[in-house]
Amino acid sequence: MKDNNIDNIIELSNELRWQIGDEFHDNLTESIYADAADIVKDSVTTQDGEKRFRLDSKIDKIVTSKIWGFPIMFLILGTVLWLTIVGANYPSSLLASLLLDTVHPLLQSGANSVNMPWWLAGFLIDGVYLAVAWVIAVMLPPMAIFFPMFTLLEDFGYLPRVAFNLDSLFNKSGAHGKQALTMSMGFGCNAAGVVATRIIDSPRERLIAIITNNFSLCNGRWPTQILIATIFIGAVVPESLSSLASLLAVISVAVLGMAFMFGVSWALSKTVLKGEVSTFNLELPPYRPPRFWKTIYTSLIDRTLIVLWRAIVFAAPAGAVIWLISNVHVGDETIAAFLINGMDGFGFLLGLNGVILLAYIVAIPANEIVIPTILMLTVMVTGIGGGAGAGVMFELDSINATGDILRAGGWTLLTAVNLMLFSLLHNPCSTTIYTIYKETNSVKWTVVASIMPVILGFVVTFLVAQVWRLLF
Amino acid sequence: METKVKSACDTCALYNKDGLKRLGIHTDNFDFIVALAGNPNTGKSTVFNALTGLKQHTGNWPGKTVTRAEGGFEYNTEKYKLVDLPGTYSLLSTSEDEEAARDFILFGKPDVTVIVADANRLERNLNLVLQILEITDKAVLCLNLMDEAKRNKVDIDVRTLSRDLGIPVVPTSARFNRGIPELIQTISEIASGKIVCKPHRIKNVPKNIEHAVKTLTVQIEKEFPNIPNSRWIAFRLLEGDKQIINALKTGEFL
Repeated sequence: MKDNNIDNIIELSNELRWQIGDEFHDNLTESIYADAADIVKDSVTTQDGEKRFRLDSKIDKIVTSKIWGFPIMFLILGTVLWLTIVGANYPSSLLASLLLDTVHPLLQSGANSVNMPWWLAGFLIDGVYLAVAWVIAVMLPPMAIFFPMFTLLEDFGYLPRVAFNLDSLFNKSGAHGKQALTMSMGFGCNAAGVVATRIIDSPRERLIAIITNNFSLCNGRWPTQILIATIFIGAVVPESLSSLASLLAVISVAVLGMAFMFGVSWALSKTVLKGEVSTFNLELPPYRPPRFWKTIYTSLIDRTLIVLWRAIVFAAPAGAVIWLISNVHVGDETIAAFLINGMDGFGFLLGLNGVILLAYIVAIPANEIVIPTILMLTVMVTGIGGGAGAGVMFELDSINATGDILRAGGWTLLTAVNLMLFSLLHNPCSTTIYTIYKETNSVKWTVVASIMPVILGFVVTFLVAQVWRLLF
Repeated sequence: METKVKSACDTCALYNKDGLKRLGIHTDNFDFIVALAGNPNTGKSTVFNALTGLKQHTGNWPGKTVTRAEGGFEYNTEKYKLVDLPGTYSLLSTSEDEEAARDFILFGKPDVTVIVADANRLERNLNLVLQILEITDKAVLCLNLMDEAKRNKVDIDVRTLSRDLGIPVVPTSARFNRGIPELIQTISEIASGKIVCKPHRIKNVPKNIEHAVKTLTVQIEKEFPNIPNSRWIAFRLLEGDKQIINALKTGEFL
């Protein structure tokens, strides 16, 4: 009986729909706008209120213009990175000397005085503690500078303008313009970038955005880029230009990542993820003066400390693993030496080495610990006196010392360049992989998103190594 | 902020700071559900943070809130669960975020819907406000970004606006926590039934449509007496909204 009535209602609505014709949706929308206009007429009075909107649109004309849009974008990115590179040096060495030169010996002598067994002391103090200390000393300062600046830009309202500038490029790649926003989030953290793709309605374009998000250099990789560029790229030019050269190198890698994002998006949309590009509205919000101190505070608490905590949580067990594989022997060799020797040949083909490849396997949980792992393994393999023993992470009081260790490990400019490339093009960290799985609910796409960048990384570094060796 | 020095405010109902507890993510055993709707980039997440004491990341770009965030606060011993809906310009199309927002207001049956609007762009924001008022009659308009409006010399007659819309209107600057105590007080009065709204219904509808809508509304109300949004359901049926047709069949409106 009841069902019958409901069917009647639906039947009636179908009939009426025919009677009122196609324009129903438009008519209703117009009615709503007419009502809104009536209401506003009675309750809102505006004096020269358009003035500020005019200022906004003046700024927009410049920052989204065809000529100035991109230069301004790179200038802002460059300034942020330059301040990060230059500003992080001093607090970094301060923290390093405190945590590594002062606290570490104290802990060691403390362990001696309570007669802690050598293996436990090695495991805890030389493995876990040193890994954590390194991450804090090297990562905290750049993050504490980079994130607040990024957040200030975000609060000011610059990100939607970036999306606006990049929209046509994404469009040509067969991807969604809002991918520019998820890309920007990826510059902070790829896992966050992958979650942010929920703003893209079309499943096809969302998948493209998810798969290619890894090409945004995340905060775990910025420090690697900055450090290696400072040591190796900065060293080939006169000292007065070295900051500038390393800055340009880092920007080039970031821009190369964006190029890969467009290229891979394009390739995906032409092959496995074919389809129309959807249109969308993007409102350019008003520029808002950020609440400076509040922004600084929340970005330090919300972003910097949380990311740092994650790095520490992963660095501690990784430090332990490193210590274990360098101290447990199978036959004559340690496990680490066995793995490194096994991968050295392949590494050479890529212009890298076995140490770097092993480090990237150990560092799957967190990109942040790639460099400390490489340093530690290099010390072990070369047997140079920097470290206090197998699997111990040497004192890292200056960037020069890091450079010396790496050069002793056989590093050349090619190794450095290819490491920067491989840092850009390799699998996402395990958190991101898990996030991709949760967001796509598909093993297939998770595998594609994880494996594809590594293969690209192999191909690119291989080609660079071959060309380099032909030329030099 | 609640940390203000002692003054006459302390005894005022609107400044009942002892009555307010921000519960963060703890939303068990709530008495009322409050939905937070509004256009993108009007500061919904900032209002959400001000009410719950949470630190949902906010940013000056539309679409910041991609997940449905939930939080809670306690006011005068009653617990409120607050749901931050994705920002939308309308509820009439079928994109994922609009559907999520609409479904929650329609099927989640919130006790109060807080509609956050940008005071600088009221006319454009009213599009969504008027649509929500067709769905629910327990709503409050949170007129946010009043500080910017003041700077832009946009002056809003809150009383007239409130009378025209038929719901309470609370001016706020959530970034500076201004107007939040008043908003909480209003939410509680709507939830408890102390304030009864008589929401504006869309008027400037062409005659032939109005006639069709009336015919349908009569039938719907016959079938579902006491339904607050029969007119809106009629709109959706005329649009041929499959989801609403199914909901009618399964009786989800009851």
